[in-house]
Amino acid sequence: MVKPIIVGAHYGFRDWLAQRVTAVVMALYTLIFAAYALSMPDGSFESWRGVFSGGFMKFATFLFFMSLFFHAWIGVRDIFMDYIKPVGLRLTLHSVVALLLIGYAGWAAQILWRL
Amino acid sequence: MTEVTLKKQRPKHLALNEIRLPLPGKVSILHRVSGSGLFLMLPVLLALFGASVGSPESYAVFREFVGNIFVKLILVGLLWAYLHHFCAGIRFLLLDVHVGVDKESAVKSARLVLIVSLTLTALLVAKLW
Repeated sequence: MVKPIIVGAHYGFRDWLAQRVTAVVMALYTLIFAAYALSMPDGSFESWRGVFSGGFMKFATFLFFMSLFFHAWIGVRDIFMDYIKPVGLRLTLHSVVALLLIGYAGWAAQILWRL
Repeated sequence: MTEVTLKKQRPKHLALNEIRLPLPGKVSILHRVSGSGLFLMLPVLLALFGASVGSPESYAVFREFVGNIFVKLILVGLLWAYLHHFCAGIRFLLLDVHVGVDKESAVKSARLVLIVSLTLTALLVAKLW
């Protein structure tokens, strides 16, 4: 058993924890969403839109999307850290993914706030 | 003891096709595969979500698009990816808090993850197809 001495540099614990906290948020949201979707009166546009347009669900869906993008960032970053050895390429890919996810966050906010 | 271990000949590369992964290993790599697939399809999923809640007109376009058989098959794959990632994720969270870490329960829970995610996918596909 290796006992790491945690001083100065952070050893990735913050991201490890964030990955799990965002996972729990998304899992809870999935159950809430399932309950809302199952109680839709019919398959019409109005009832589907109605699932997300209420204050609570709009807020919860927004939190879901933010958790998703943060979670995806850590996951994809880890995959690149495992498989992409050239530093320059890895840095480029990391930057592209980070920028994409920031863009997605804006996109998701725009979709939800139009409701 | 240490010296013996160090002198052992180590493989220079892994013959992935010859390695038989145990069930928990398969669930683990599928967690990564499903996560990557979901990430790559995020723009498509966001566009679909946006269209589905945007307006009655965009909703009609959305319905027509997802009515296509190839689109449906891809969405079934993504639904499985989500459900597998969800179930395997809960398993990993439990492992984090030291629930089910012994070999026997780890194999059992890995099998459960595969069965539950495939069953849920089949049920939802039957309902939504």
